[in-house]
Amino acid sequence: MNIHEYQAKALFEKFGVPVPKGAAARSREEFATALAQLPEGATMVKSQIHAGGRGKGTFTNGFKGGVKFCKDKAAALAMAGNMLGETLVTAQTGPAGRRVQTVYFTVASDIKKEYYLAILLDRASSRPVIVASTEGGVEIEKVAHETPEKITKVRVDPAYGLADFQVRDLIAALGLTGAEAKNAAKLIRNLYTCFWETDAAMVEVNPLITTPTGDVLALDAKVSFDDNALFRHPELVALRDLNEEDPKEIEASKYSLSYIALDGNIACLVNGAGLAMSTMDIIKHFGGTPANFLDVGGGASKDQVIAAFKIILGDPNVKGILVNIFGGIMDCNVIAQGIVEAVREVGLKLPLVVRLEGNNVEAGKATLAASGLTLVSGDTMADAAQKIVRLVA
Amino acid sequence: MAILITPTTKLLIQGITGEFGARHTRLSLDYGTQVVAGVTPGKGGQHFEHQGHRVPIFNSVHEAARATGATVSAIFVPPPFAADAILEAVDADLDLAVAITEGIPIRDMIRVKRAMQGRRTRLVGPNCPGLVTPGTGPGSKGGCRIGIAPGYIHRPGHVGVVSRSGTLTYEAVFQLTSKGIGQSTCVGIGGDPVNGTSHLDVIKLFDADPETHGIIMIGEIGGSAEVEAARWVQAHCKKPVAGFIAGATAPAGRRMGHAGAVIGGHEDTAAAKIAIFRECGIEVAATPSDLADALLRSAAARGVKLS
Repeated sequence: MNIHEYQAKALFEKFGVPVPKGAAARSREEFATALAQLPEGATMVKSQIHAGGRGKGTFTNGFKGGVKFCKDKAAALAMAGNMLGETLVTAQTGPAGRRVQTVYFTVASDIKKEYYLAILLDRASSRPVIVASTEGGVEIEKVAHETPEKITKVRVDPAYGLADFQVRDLIAALGLTGAEAKNAAKLIRNLYTCFWETDAAMVEVNPLITTPTGDVLALDAKVSFDDNALFRHPELVALRDLNEEDPKEIEASKYSLSYIALDGNIACLVNGAGLAMSTMDIIKHFGGTPANFLDVGGGASKDQVIAAFKIILGDPNVKGILVNIFGGIMDCNVIAQGIVEAVREVGLKLPLVVRLEGNNVEAGKATLAASGLTLVSGDTMADAAQKIVRLVA
Repeated sequence: MAILITPTTKLLIQGITGEFGARHTRLSLDYGTQVVAGVTPGKGGQHFEHQGHRVPIFNSVHEAARATGATVSAIFVPPPFAADAILEAVDADLDLAVAITEGIPIRDMIRVKRAMQGRRTRLVGPNCPGLVTPGTGPGSKGGCRIGIAPGYIHRPGHVGVVSRSGTLTYEAVFQLTSKGIGQSTCVGIGGDPVNGTSHLDVIKLFDADPETHGIIMIGEIGGSAEVEAARWVQAHCKKPVAGFIAGATAPAGRRMGHAGAVIGGHEDTAAAKIAIFRECGIEVAATPSDLADALLRSAAARGVKLS
């Protein structure tokens, strides 16, 4: 689960990670109240969406820049009006962009130097890894590719926690001394506690900055949480912004369906994550384009299959459907009955190819054949994929 | 021979009285697996009954193992309590703990893995279908089925299968069996980013097992475990290996059902892993429908008989 920058910064403050003073507004009426919380002077206005590249983004109304510097609060007030309610397109949003529902005002900090700091899971060692770099405010992937020597990684032993010597290593790698070093050490420790105690999947500060007065601040904040751990953090679940999620994906999650919308035209309905991924892949392999990832899970019920069909058909790009079920334990006939009922209920007009294999498959195929529905049967995954690709071509 | 488990392996089930655990305990008993104990705290002294089987239930893994000689545990405990269940199996010094549970917090698994260092117990999973060593009875009955895989699709033989995905494993096994090619052991290592046994661990075991003549390795986007395994295969493995990587069309940064199936950079995409498979002499299946044939191609090229 992702959260907005203003929410992440509030979380940082709770854990003692310093951030520039800021206030968020969700409506034009709130602009003045939010700005009243900030001192007079240079102010940043930041569009709040769950996507990076905001500063270089363009609004669909033609206005350029989702993050703006304003010389005073009056200018910030006017600037916010260009962003709120408008749709911002960035390199990460796709062409449709995201509607800005919240604007965040912050004090514009004096920047001495920019750095990069993040904490995430290192899969190879199964430990949290702290990543720091002297190159802040730029894409870290680019730094990793072009100047990997400018990136330092510290893996934390979960039995001991972050050790002092590791913090010293990070500070040394960033080249900080004196008050800056002391402040950065405290920030790194607190950021690690924040990462660990909130079950974060990633916390990223880009840039981390030093100021002429020796302060160290998180100028930006990107935080995501491990979905598996949300059950023990109701206060974090409350931060979820459904406006940032695809309505079809929200609907799918209500039925315990794992659905991800893509931009192709062949929908698929599959059991198992690996099989669902490779069903998308095989559609592409035979020249089609997948419209979605959809895993109905190991014990798909009739209600789930019906819900899945409705969600798939909610995508106007879909021109055909491929159902691929390997029923190991689950009865293929139950799935077949679910498909027949779902197709009748939604009045399906699009081509449908069904590949069933596994437990009680003969009865399942008989149910499909006796249904009188105009569906095409596929013997193997490859056969079924080729058939649906031909049918939508 | 097989790896990790044999038809005589004595199995205990943690979470035997839950709906999920009970259903699959019945299927394992039907398959002929030696389910000798169940563990549900607070229900010690009761029995799990199914078709003439009467499996004693204990309050702790220690008690269950001591009383029955069980050496392997299958864990069907719900996510909030699953890490504790794994640690209990480790503390009882079992040979193998197989965590079926999906949805264990990553932080819990980070701590579990650290706590397991230096202990005798091997972990398979979590978020995995488990393991099957097929038996010689009809529908491969009489084998050892640990977890949730369909037993009947197997057939005893000489191909080892290791995979991060349940249904893709079944797909591979079904093709092999349909072609009359049996399996030594099939191991589902699970779809989580922090797991116990890796592709490489399993491949080393298959390589050392004289009864395993060929290997199918199924992977996904995310992480570098398949790459590590492929490099080892290139350097050390004499047996034919076929491979497949799911997720060629997955968008970067999105979790594709499995918690671990997410593209993090340029190196953990399907294309990158497939390229390394090829470089390492692993025969790549173009689609899952090609898995058994890919292994047959690799075996033929090396003059190895699979059945």
